[in-house]
Amino acid sequence: MNQDVAPLPGSHYDGLSFEDRMATVEFRVAARPHITVDSDVCRSCTTKACVHACPAQLFVPTSDGGVLFNYEQCFECGTCYMVCNTEGALTWSYPEGGHGVVFRRS
Amino acid sequence: MAESADVVVAGAGPAGAAAALVAARAGLRVVLVERGPFPGSKNMYGGVIYPRVLDTLLPRWWEEVPVQRWVTRRATMVMTGTKALTVEFRGEDWDAPPYNGATAYRADFDSWLAGKAADAGAELVCSTTVTGLLRDGTGRVTGVRTDRPDGDIRASLVIAGDGVNSFLAKEAGLYEDWSVTHFTVGVKEVLALPREVLEDRFNLTGDEGLDIEILGGTQGIPGGGFLYTNLDTIAVGVVLSLAGLRDSGKRPEDIIAALKDHPAIAPLVRGGELKEYSAHTIPEGGMDGMPHLAADGMLVAGDAAHLCLASGIWLEGVNFAIGSGALAGETAIEAIGSGDTSAAALSGYRRRLENSFVLANHRKLRGAHKLILGKRAQTVYPELACGIAQRVFTVTDPQPKAGLRRWVHDERKRGGVRLRDIVKDGWVGWRTFG
Repeated sequence: MNQDVAPLPGSHYDGLSFEDRMATVEFRVAARPHITVDSDVCRSCTTKACVHACPAQLFVPTSDGGVLFNYEQCFECGTCYMVCNTEGALTWSYPEGGHGVVFRRS
Repeated sequence: MAESADVVVAGAGPAGAAAALVAARAGLRVVLVERGPFPGSKNMYGGVIYPRVLDTLLPRWWEEVPVQRWVTRRATMVMTGTKALTVEFRGEDWDAPPYNGATAYRADFDSWLAGKAADAGAELVCSTTVTGLLRDGTGRVTGVRTDRPDGDIRASLVIAGDGVNSFLAKEAGLYEDWSVTHFTVGVKEVLALPREVLEDRFNLTGDEGLDIEILGGTQGIPGGGFLYTNLDTIAVGVVLSLAGLRDSGKRPEDIIAALKDHPAIAPLVRGGELKEYSAHTIPEGGMDGMPHLAADGMLVAGDAAHLCLASGIWLEGVNFAIGSGALAGETAIEAIGSGDTSAAALSGYRRRLENSFVLANHRKLRGAHKLILGKRAQTVYPELACGIAQRVFTVTDPQPKAGLRRWVHDERKRGGVRLRDIVKDGWVGWRTFG
């Protein structure tokens, strides 16, 4: 996660921070992001549903009204593009072969 | 990796593996491409597989299938903020071959099934992402592109088993009216407990397992909850309508946290150590969300074809993936044998699905997801059921028992439930499930 962004409220349970929660999942991070966000487009979005809906909390609103996105800990689930209502904000593909999330007990 | 094949299958999940298994057994040259480092590594589900679909494909599958526990107890819990009413069935028959359902990790199960396809002669290629379709001048699908150097694979037929997001089905134009309303997201935690603790807590012996489906525990977002027992872990999570989640402003992990805090669930998950957190979208629109199933040179199976069955009472997916994949494999044998893999020649796929449990069940249960995800089923009826149950089981001495008619009437008034809505939903439910 980007260190400049403060953790969001309400994201701590069982003494487990969201960061610890995500640390239970194996990610083989690819060099190239498989999802890109056009923050300029997001500035015109009033709902920013991706911010609360992404199960991995990868979308963070920025002070200038845009959205910052981290691809490293992505479940590749598709929630973000499905809840997005702003054309052109997201480009979505899968990570290169062998990279990205690796589930073992799911 | 082969540069050409009779059949190239995108995705080594249950749909792709079953398709590859059937086609390879018939002697076709099959390449099974998987983007994860091993089959199942990208896959996540609630946690129960119903493997009877394997009876003909892999006789005596139960002797080797990698399961966690055999489900011998199936419970449905309806809950309000603090109350819960549970109906549980226990069946000893389910703890002996041919069994009914089993909990399993997809990393284990999907790798096992894809291994069967490889044993039958399919070439399994992992760590390779299919990036698009190869097409000729007429638009006919002639193979796939992958992200390997020189990674094009030409084939007479492409079978897309590339999951819920199926970029291949979209690229082929098979999704005409894609809508977010046809999808949910499943989010779950796998929590470790020592095996003895888990078995004591859930009253389980040996390899018996428990399956709890939960209605009303999703904070008003249409969906449901679940709790399944593995060998030494439990899977607890929620399935949420994506449109509902989008409009709620709530976070998925908050919904799980609230479910885990519910008085009926908290003692079951206490002390569990989080081993893996996961999420995956689910195609739940049934027939309403289904794409066309064939294009020139291509078939779609499993989640990619929107073939999950999410009908409240029955929540099944892996068996539908295997069933559709196997029938795609059979269709491949026929079409390639006749030298014609045009969409018209592949229409036998849909006919096969219609004649099998796959589309027969989807047709029958077409309206189920709307009924189950409706406001009354989600919040009003759980309140009503728990309220009535509390009245029935509360001893009111010195007042005499008012009787069921009175209790139902009072609870119905309290919840503002109109009798005609109950009758209407009852009728729709009967027609759907009856």
